[in-house]
Amino acid sequence: MTTFKNRLLGGLALSTALAVGTALPATAEVELTMFYPIAVGGPLTTVVDGMVADFEEEHPDIKINAIYSGNYDDTRVRALAALNAGEPAQLSVLFSIDVFELLEQDVIVSFDELVETEEDQEWLDSFYPGLMANGVVDGETWGIPFQRSTIVLYWNKDAFEEAGLDPETPPANWDEMVEMGKALTKEDGSQWGVMVPSTGYAYWMFQAFALQNGVELMNSEGTETYFDDPAAVEALEYWVSLSQDHGVMPSGTIEWGTLRQNFLDGQAAMMWHTTGNLTAVRNDAPFDFGVSLLPANERYGSPTGGGNFYIFKDASEEEQKAAFTFIKWMTAPERAATWSMDTGYMGVTPAAYETDVLQKYAEAFPQAAVARDQLEYSAAELSTYEGGRVRQALENAVQAALTGAATPAEALAGAQATAERLLRPYR
Amino acid sequence: MPRLKSSTLYGWLLFAPAGVMLTLFAFTPTVATFWQSFFSRGTARRPSRFIGFDNYEGMIADPVFWQVAKNSLWYALGTIPTSIAIALLMALWVNSKLPARTLVRMAYFTPTILPMIAAANIWLFFYSPDIGLLDQIGRALGLGGHNWLGDPSTALLAIIITTIWKEAGFFMIFYLAALQTIPPELKDAATIEGASRWTWFWRVVFPLLMPTTLFVLVNAMINSVKLIDHLFILTKGGPNNASKLLLYYVYETAFSYFDQPYAATLTVVILVTLGLLAIVQVRGLDKRIHYR
Repeated sequence: MTTFKNRLLGGLALSTALAVGTALPATAEVELTMFYPIAVGGPLTTVVDGMVADFEEEHPDIKINAIYSGNYDDTRVRALAALNAGEPAQLSVLFSIDVFELLEQDVIVSFDELVETEEDQEWLDSFYPGLMANGVVDGETWGIPFQRSTIVLYWNKDAFEEAGLDPETPPANWDEMVEMGKALTKEDGSQWGVMVPSTGYAYWMFQAFALQNGVELMNSEGTETYFDDPAAVEALEYWVSLSQDHGVMPSGTIEWGTLRQNFLDGQAAMMWHTTGNLTAVRNDAPFDFGVSLLPANERYGSPTGGGNFYIFKDASEEEQKAAFTFIKWMTAPERAATWSMDTGYMGVTPAAYETDVLQKYAEAFPQAAVARDQLEYSAAELSTYEGGRVRQALENAVQAALTGAATPAEALAGAQATAERLLRPYR
Repeated sequence: MPRLKSSTLYGWLLFAPAGVMLTLFAFTPTVATFWQSFFSRGTARRPSRFIGFDNYEGMIADPVFWQVAKNSLWYALGTIPTSIAIALLMALWVNSKLPARTLVRMAYFTPTILPMIAAANIWLFFYSPDIGLLDQIGRALGLGGHNWLGDPSTALLAIIITTIWKEAGFFMIFYLAALQTIPPELKDAATIEGASRWTWFWRVVFPLLMPTTLFVLVNAMINSVKLIDHLFILTKGGPNNASKLLLYYVYETAFSYFDQPYAATLTVVILVTLGLLAIVQVRGLDKRIHYR
């Protein structure tokens, strides 16, 4: 009887010890919730989930709930709603250009505050400056580049060959794009020379034209815009002339969402699109295609785009530290390289492009390195206070010009007047 | 006396579930929206303050609001009568004796089952210039391609057509159900009287369908304000606001521009307009409807 009792007690003690043993790390665990968007095609949620699982394996004390929340707008709404409702949200991937809005809502912390060691500082300095431009305000870093893209020119080599052009040479400047476009455009509308999307992100595409014509559309404080600058007007006139004067682009607006399909179907011999589509085009294109820098006029140019990591102010110090660790891990060279290969988004640091895997990949698939080469000429994406309304004003102006409802000069003057009115209180 | 009390209590208890629900989910938000429309847009740096009717003045001066209101009116005028007429025609057609009747009924009803977002994604490729179904048919008939969604003069029309396609099948179900309740004796009587099919429809069937028509009309009107899911996929309100509808503008104002008070102002205007229309419909039409 005694032995049985002892055994029973011993067993109880043991099981309690086991239970405590397994429960302890669970209570010491930091749990983080992250919202993230996906704005291009392809099964990217599995890629993110895989990375998160790898991270949790290496850091058993940190648990990450990564929640896919739609496109950039949906994700911003979701994250801000969670914060307002007091639900847990410690970090998120949000639009890089949302930084002014997030600052104004006073919900994010600067990464400079979280830097402790020299190694942290080195990491913070390791990113391409072109990609940091949208995340730095008043000398402090608020966003860390993650799913970052830029606009590149995709061209159909088979179509070039058929039109008697050199399939290895894309247009280097605006005039060449028109010349080649004329050779590529077929009378019956079954193939157009070039297509530039003008729904959803028309302001982004317009920014590329403007940069190529040598003009920035805003100041870095986000309080001034220069939409009616003569060089900007000229840039829009060129865009409009592609359809109205030269007939190398369909008239009206071109849908962002279906353009990739137009290109894959051979209906657009050249397209301007985000590098985020690269892997999807590579997987589906039945023909040989090339990727190059956007053509230049005064200079080469393309805005960057995409999502940054942000850490929220409401999180406890411990959670912010854990989030910092996670972001550092996600942007380490090897991970950035894998991410870039899986998606087409850019490797965010020079070190990512120096990893073996990405170098080998770029050797076999040189298109993958074009976005990096263009970084040298890239500028911050249009980002101001009252960003939603300012971008919408520019978007409307571009669409009005493209559909012939207003001349480029009138349309841009209208957008500038709207932006002036909206931004005056912030100066 | 105690008996009366208990019955009063009983009454209140019966009322309570609906009362609580409506107060929580309908009246409180309505009043809160109304209240919020008198405040300025607040941020952490510049807190919100009471500004009276400034938001309403701003709205009257806002050219986008007027364009969007005009679009919504055209959208309502385009979708409501057409989808009701088509629904009635389809119901009459599938109510008659025809081969594979169930199959045809199902085909008509399919658009209703599809989520609007899925339907819009299908239509996006229908409308896609040159490669889209519409332009492929057009080419077979010798017509040139057209950029349906990218041209301000056709974008709203394209949105209207998608909506009609989506809604007509749904309304058809109501008409079909109503048609089957019409007693066959009436048809026999009309035949004996020698009434033509035309007279039969206008003098007998149509009046008997009036209660259904009112119901469908109210629903169609609500949907013409409420149904905006496809805008997100098809045009995002573009080009240059040509296809932007009121509720979409409210969403954009609240969640892209973070201007909740202005969104509240727009919502109040929608609420008042819809309320007035509902009164007119029910008051005006109810008298002329024959209920059995």
